[in-house]
This record gives sequence, structure tokens and C-alpha cells, in this order.
Amino acid sequence: MSWKRLDWGWRWIVLIAGVAAWQLWTASARSSFFPEPSAIISSMYHLWFSGPAAHVFLTADATGNLLPSLGRVLASLAIATAVGMPLGIALGRSPAVTAYLNPLLQFARALPVVTMAPVFIVLFKLGTQMEIATIVFGTIWPILLNTIDGAASVDPVQLETARAFKMTHWQRLTTVIVPATLPKAFAGFRLSLSLSLILMVFAELVGSSNGIGYEMSNASNAFDMTLLWSTIVLLGILGYLLNALLTAGERHALAWHAINRRD
Amino acid sequence: MLEVTDLTRTYGHGPTAYTAVKDVSFTVAQGELVSIVGPSGCGKSTLLRCISGLTAPTSGRVTLRDVPVTGVPDGLAVVLQEYGRSLFPWLTVRDNVAMPLKRTTRGRAARRSAADAALAAVGLPGSGDKYPWQLSGGMQQRTAIARALAADPALLLMDEPFGSVDAQTREDLEDLVLQVRRERDITILVVTHDIDESVYLADRVIVLTAGPGQVRADLNVTLPSPRDQIETKGHPDFVHLRTEVSRLVRSRDDVTVQSGAAASDS
Repeated sequence: MSWKRLDWGWRWIVLIAGVAAWQLWTASARSSFFPEPSAIISSMYHLWFSGPAAHVFLTADATGNLLPSLGRVLASLAIATAVGMPLGIALGRSPAVTAYLNPLLQFARALPVVTMAPVFIVLFKLGTQMEIATIVFGTIWPILLNTIDGAASVDPVQLETARAFKMTHWQRLTTVIVPATLPKAFAGFRLSLSLSLILMVFAELVGSSNGIGYEMSNASNAFDMTLLWSTIVLLGILGYLLNALLTAGERHALAWHAINRRD
Repeated sequence: MLEVTDLTRTYGHGPTAYTAVKDVSFTVAQGELVSIVGPSGCGKSTLLRCISGLTAPTSGRVTLRDVPVTGVPDGLAVVLQEYGRSLFPWLTVRDNVAMPLKRTTRGRAARRSAADAALAAVGLPGSGDKYPWQLSGGMQQRTAIARALAADPALLLMDEPFGSVDAQTREDLEDLVLQVRRERDITILVVTHDIDESVYLADRVIVLTAGPGQVRADLNVTLPSPRDQIETKGHPDFVHLRTEVSRLVRSRDDVTVQSGAAASDS
């Protein structure tokens, strides 16, 4: 559709216009708290993306800080999914157990994960384990609760069909329950993904010897406003890219689903 | 082939208990096509569920080829009423049809060709790579029939199979059932509320009373074969039979009289 292409074009025009306005404003204001976007972009380039081609143009600072942060986010999401999805499916298919556990789940979910950080620091000491524990504790709830919801609302006609055709338990799980649960599970992943970035920064601010949050905290302590803004912009870009990746995965996995059927 | 004896199914307990079917007995011979018709709420679907082993009867029994039915028996396939919801939207049409073959047929290629053969048999060749929601209602129902036929069942149960398609599609699907029956050694039991359909399709029509469903009449259909939508439905015997069935289904006055008689018989 030409309208869609136009729409896409406009999005970039609006973005570029926004950045240009920011540039003009910061250049005229000359505030030390708000560096010009051009300075931020140049700082980002020199700091992280001017490395040798053999390292995909990543500098030592990038491999030392960006990659550990990204690793923590991905490892935590993998753990939250590996625990949350099977548990969610098991609970979703056993309404009685879920009814008993529900107050406990709601209580645990309502705990601000930030307040749990001191507990994790005591349990795991400062470092990667504590950071991953914090991110996992924060991101598991959307995945778990959405999966419970999805698994509990599998169409009874589909389950009946599985019975009528004498599917084994394993077949029923893999060909009926899991696919039927995925749309809601993906809604959970989406929430968890944005939460994971926030918690990654938080955990690294609390105590870490590397990572984007660590770099941010250093920049803040040194009043290096350009570096601070660079990390903020980087986090925005990272969030956008991860979300785009998830959307692509979702489109692939849920090609059959109603929300993707609009042509 | 199929024997239903004094089948009763009650839901719930105490004063709110509701009996859907009561003391239903009939037999179906090998290769017969029998339709079960009755007013809405007469327990037709419950009866079918008991025969398919999806629901256990409260009392009475069902035997298929002299084996008591406890779970879903081998050699039986069901086409459920809500075909649109019973097909899995995440599987292609071919994978939907091949799904029941996982138990019986080894090898992906073998299942694939069996599924394609079943799709061709219901008039859907070349639709295997599509998804169910890309098909019309009639084509979805053909897919559900192909899925039921894929494992080559001896008994096919159909629950209000053509309830939500337009009249033309309905007639095409009725003729498809008759064609399937001609081409295979298969026994078919169709539950319907459509009186014309029950007479047009069947060798025998079993009429149930309003709930709790009991057998009110068991009529032989002696219409010439092959059936034809225009010729058969204009045949004097067809008109006579559909009037007879219609009267049996509709007349509420007879319910108490006949069910009373049935109760004293048993």
C-alpha cells in the first residue's frame, strides 16, 4: 500500500525533524546539562563503534561494557522463560492448584523488585549472579502470569478434538496447548523485555564492575554529561532493536494468529 | 456393528440433576448410514458423545464390534459440530488432516501422502499448504471430514456436521457424505436437527423425543440409490417420510404418551 510506504517515510521524517530541533535548541541554549545530539552521536561512535573491523567495529569499551549488559539481559530472559513458561503451562492446566497459589503469586508479583535487591546482594554478593537474580525476579512475572492465562484459556473444543483423536499427553501438549498458549506468552515476553532493560541498568547501578549501568554511574559521578546521554541514547536504541527482534520472532511463530492476519 | 443398550446419561446430582438421554437402545449394522434426529435439547449430542467414548454413560452400555466402549475406541472418528474451532489454526490443512495419523502411520512422507489422498477424496486437492482460516466454512468442514477419514475409520460419527453453512454448501456436503459412503466400507451415524437431511442421507432414521431423549421411532428409508438432491427430494416416498418424521419430531402431545409407554416397557 502506498499509504503504508508514506507512513513509514513520515516516521523517519518526524524522527529526523525531532533530532534536528533538539540539535538547534541545544546548540543555541549551550547548557552543559544538555549536550548537542551531534556531540552525543560522535561520543557514541568514538567510545563504542570505532573499533577494528575484526571486532565488528566494537571498541574495547564496547566489548567490556555493552556485551556484559546484553549478556545479562539475554541470560535473564532465557532463565525467566525457561522457568516461567513450563511452570505457567503446568499451572494454567491445573486450575485448582493455581487457585491455591494465586494469593502467593499476586503477593510475590506485587513486591517491587527494587526492594528485593538488598536481599539478592546478601544472597549472591555483588556481581553478575545478583544482577541476573534481580532481572529474573522482575521479568518472570509477566511471562508466568500470561502463560498461566493462555494455558488456562485453551479452547475446550480443541482439547476435545485432541481426545477424540486419541492424542498422547505429549502430543496434546506440543500440538495443542503450547501453540494455543503462545499468543498470550508473547504478550508477556514483550513486557518482560522492556522490564529487563530497566532492571539491568538498575542492577548495574547498584553494584557492578562493568556494564552500561556501571558506565552510566561513572559518567554521572564524573559529571560527564555527554557520556551520560550517550548511554541513555544507547539504551533507547538497544530497547528498540530488541523489541524489533521480538516482533520479528513473534510474526514468525504466530504467523497463523489473528493479529498477524491483516493483509 | 454398533450396539447401544439402555443408555442413560444424567448430568448433576439431586434435585438439579438433568437427564439428557434415557434408556436409548438401537443397533447399527455394518455399512449402514443412520441419522438421529430430534427437537433441540433432546440429548442428540450427548448420545453421540457416549457412543464415541468422550462421555461415560450413567447406565447402559455401548459396544462397537462386540467390544464395550470405555474410552475413544480404535477405528472410530468424530466430526464435531464446531468444525471451525476443532481445526488447529496453527497447523496447515495438510498437517491438520495428518494429525490423527501420528498414532497409526510411521514416517512423515507416508502421513503426508495419506493426508493428501484424504483431501483429494473430499474435493480439496491442492489445499494442503493453506491454513484452515484461509478456507471458506464449507471447505473447513471438508477438511474436518478429511481428517476423520484419514485414518480410515470403520465408524464415522458426525454431530450436526453442516449446521452453519449455507444451503448450497450444505447440499454439496451431504452428497460428499453419500459419496464417501459409496467409496468406502464405512458405517456412518449422523446427528442432525434437519429433517430433510436426516431422510435424504440415511438408510434409517431414529427419531428422539424432547429431553430426556428417548427413541420415539426407528424408520427405514427405502428411497432409491444413488440419492439426488432434486430427484430424491421430489420423490413421493421422500415427501411422505419427511412429513412422518416432521410430525414425530414436532408433536409434543405424543411425548408423554409415548415416553410413558416406553417406560412401562422397560
